[in-house]
Amino acid sequence: MLTTLLTTIALLFVLAAVGATARPGHGNGFAGTVVYVGTMGLCAVNAVTAVLFLTAGTGDAVGLVLPIGPPWQATHLSLDGLSAFFLLIVNGVGAMAALYGIGYGRHEEEPARVLPFFPVFLAGMNLVPLAADAFSFLVAWEFMSLSSWFLVLSSHRRHETRRAALVYLVMAAIGTAALIAAFGVLAGVSGDYGFAAIRLRSLGPLEAGAVMALVLIGAGSKAGVAPLHAWLPLAHPAAPSHVSALMSGVMTKVAVYAIVRVLFDLSGEAVWWWGLLMLGLGCATAGVGVLYAVVERDLKTLLAYSTVENIGLIMIGLGLAMAFKANGLTALAGLALLAALFHALNHSLYKSMLFFGAGAVLVSTGHRDLERLGGLIRKMPITSSVFLVGCISISALPPLNGFASEWLLLQAILSGPQMSQWGLKLAVPVAGAALVLATALAGACFVRAFGITFLGRPRSPEAASALRVDVAMRIPMVILAVACVLVGLLPVLALTPLTPVVHGLMGTSPVAAEGITWLWLSPVAERASSYSGLVLFLTVAVMAMMTLLIKRFVSGRIRRTPAWDCGFPDPSPSTQYTAASFAQPIRRMFGTHLFGAREMVDMPDPGDSAPARFSVEMKDPIWAWFYRPVVKFIGWTTESTNAFQFLTIREYLGLMFGVLVLLLMLVVVIR
Amino acid sequence: MMVELAAQVAQVAMVLCLAPGLTGLVRLTKARLVGRRGASLLQPYRDLARLLRKDALVAENASWLFRSAPYLVFTVVWFTASLVPTFTTGILLGPTADLIALTAFLGSARFFTALAALDIGTSFGGIGSSREMMIGSLAEPAMLMMIFTVSLLVRSTSLVDVAEILATGELGIRVSLLMAAVALVMVAIAENARIPIDNPSTHLELTMVHEAMVLEYSGRHLALMEAAAMVKLLLYISLIGCLFIPFGIGSRAEGISGFGLGLATYLLKLAAGGVALGVFETSIAKMRVFRIGEFLGGALLLGLLAMVYLYISRAM
Repeated sequence: MLTTLLTTIALLFVLAAVGATARPGHGNGFAGTVVYVGTMGLCAVNAVTAVLFLTAGTGDAVGLVLPIGPPWQATHLSLDGLSAFFLLIVNGVGAMAALYGIGYGRHEEEPARVLPFFPVFLAGMNLVPLAADAFSFLVAWEFMSLSSWFLVLSSHRRHETRRAALVYLVMAAIGTAALIAAFGVLAGVSGDYGFAAIRLRSLGPLEAGAVMALVLIGAGSKAGVAPLHAWLPLAHPAAPSHVSALMSGVMTKVAVYAIVRVLFDLSGEAVWWWGLLMLGLGCATAGVGVLYAVVERDLKTLLAYSTVENIGLIMIGLGLAMAFKANGLTALAGLALLAALFHALNHSLYKSMLFFGAGAVLVSTGHRDLERLGGLIRKMPITSSVFLVGCISISALPPLNGFASEWLLLQAILSGPQMSQWGLKLAVPVAGAALVLATALAGACFVRAFGITFLGRPRSPEAASALRVDVAMRIPMVILAVACVLVGLLPVLALTPLTPVVHGLMGTSPVAAEGITWLWLSPVAERASSYSGLVLFLTVAVMAMMTLLIKRFVSGRIRRTPAWDCGFPDPSPSTQYTAASFAQPIRRMFGTHLFGAREMVDMPDPGDSAPARFSVEMKDPIWAWFYRPVVKFIGWTTESTNAFQFLTIREYLGLMFGVLVLLLMLVVVIR
Repeated sequence: MMVELAAQVAQVAMVLCLAPGLTGLVRLTKARLVGRRGASLLQPYRDLARLLRKDALVAENASWLFRSAPYLVFTVVWFTASLVPTFTTGILLGPTADLIALTAFLGSARFFTALAALDIGTSFGGIGSSREMMIGSLAEPAMLMMIFTVSLLVRSTSLVDVAEILATGELGIRVSLLMAAVALVMVAIAENARIPIDNPSTHLELTMVHEAMVLEYSGRHLALMEAAAMVKLLLYISLIGCLFIPFGIGSRAEGISGFGLGLATYLLKLAAGGVALGVFETSIAKMRVFRIGEFLGGALLLGLLAMVYLYISRAM
């Protein structure tokens, strides 16, 4: 199996070479078609391989050692349940993104800036879960980071894109640096960087704490955990839409993989206040993400902020798992981890679908700004329907998949009182409140996103004359929508292969075998809480039929008339509610203190024919409180070390000697 | 099994039959309190029948979403109402959905009503939709906090279990349960568009929330939306009844023998709830829209406090 995966990954690099031959100019061309079709096929092969591994159910890791890499370290690769699960996410969505790229690429301005990096990006994300030593992990991680950086930069003529790419590059560098340090601490002075050797080491409390902090910085920044999320809403939307879908839907999940792999597998330590810290980070991430998503007016940026929110929910699940594990409640820890991983899968499905939908809107209207859209449900029936499915899913409404994972997460939260520390006892209900508040706000956010984009009257001529998009763009959206519905109605499809994965990490099975059946989900044995998406759906369907029966008995006619609008219909579409006005109540309620949101109304005097003006000013406290000081500090250090640039040779040699002595002394002290 | 099925079918039909009467009762109480004679209890039935007979007028630019939303919203609310134990806890659909799913179902109804309001592209639809989502974004968490408190007390989120355990009275009176009850009443007022959050009988542009959302509907579509609102009111009163005034409700073990007493007490609770709502609405003034945040934020904090109290009392 591992050889199949490696062969396809090698072929992805070959495709990248093909992509590099793309001639500058508009559209996919021959090279583009080869790249996208080939990538789709290879990802499909990998996805099937991952499914086969997961359903075989042995759960035993398959290892492989390649005699390449640095002289002291051969490359170790391994495939276990956790890797297979994340490979399924990467390749399932990857294949869809490649198919979508066939259609979307036709509108690409400079395909030569996308085609070589797209397969490399996927190859990198395939290699990260397979890596079984620190060196190959970091190399794969960098392939993923840098290729996505190139993809972000593909429309480099826009000023905002260049700024986004710069911020992304800096954050990615900081993240990788933190990961390098984390693996350094994990391997210790012995210097064996293989995961198998790392697992055998037991870490001291200080070391374990350092690993946790470094991983949360390194992988957390890639996932978008607050306060390191600031790059994400800039960079994800700047890339072409199928790449945005991969970055938001998949790359953040690879980062979640890194967190799970290091904290729950390699380090293996669990301290209760780590769980508390992760819960706190999760709540902050979810809250910040959703509040920005509610007020954002750019459709793709809105989706990126919503990714931040969902990462927050996953972090809450991971934090709970950590807290339960520290208390020795491994079954409940498994349940929380199961919920977090299930949510990661669901988020990858609906978020990539939503980004595909946003890309379709962008292609057919040329706008991402909500204030220029509207009425698209009548022009783009398929896109609007799948986007609606995505909105229902992401708002955690039954019976779709978003609700199923959220329900599991809430069941884990309700077991909170079983923990013994007071900090956790009080934090878990607050985390529960934050979680449901974030979900409710996500509902408002996606009513707004769907309502302003697809409903109402067109707010620009381009939206009025929108056309349906290419069939290659519509098929992947439909497939993902079907997957969302299927996983929602039959959560067993996702949970059965996931249970052994969690079992492998926690040592005990999270849910008794009878807790997950085709029909019923009743994860906590001592609590009679059950949920059945399928039964709910069928009952509602039957009752809907009964409701429809009234059409037979009453007047079933419909007359089309002008809109009523309380007797004052206004023909101008600009009198509709806008994205800004829709968000106003929530912005006022939450944003006044949090973002310092201020509304300014400039009303001309009576008789003056000048237009009235309204503007909103918002400040992101993250930049003021976190990033500015960091930038200032870096500026100060570079300024003050600048003197070292102009020394004489004598002074340089003296400096080197001093450093050498210092290091030797350090070695003596440690030994 | 057969008894449970019969109880379920009876309940599905009963909630539909009783809901307009309950709304009529609230209206009648309010009319009497302000010195009017008021319309009879049957007036809401007549209103619905009249609306059903009429042709539906639909705006020229309305999409399929606008036309299907009334059916969807009504079905979802009706289904949710059939999950809440009314006269007996032995209903067939009891285990399919717990309290969390129930809240989420009501959230779906809100989701589609708000979307339908945006479909025509009028400013009234927008104002209603936007305010409804603001209310929902606080009411839903408050409701879930209440649910968490109750579920932690009885160690189940299943509504049937919760109702049965609370009905035995073995838990006694608890501070956290009391707080949860207040939170649920506050949420119920907000969710049913009642004074002081919204005014169900207003047609003043700037105070409408729910009315603004269904402004464009007519004929059978409007009838379905109105009926959904009526069933929702009944649902919340039933929920408050089975959680916090659980006396007399028939249990699963009792089967058919519990139906008689259960039905009698249920009708009594429903009538009391309707009259109490009428009295409350008459005695209070409507709030400004931006004070709703304080009201519902209060409900949310009450729910959270109830849960924290529960944790503390557990540990003592």
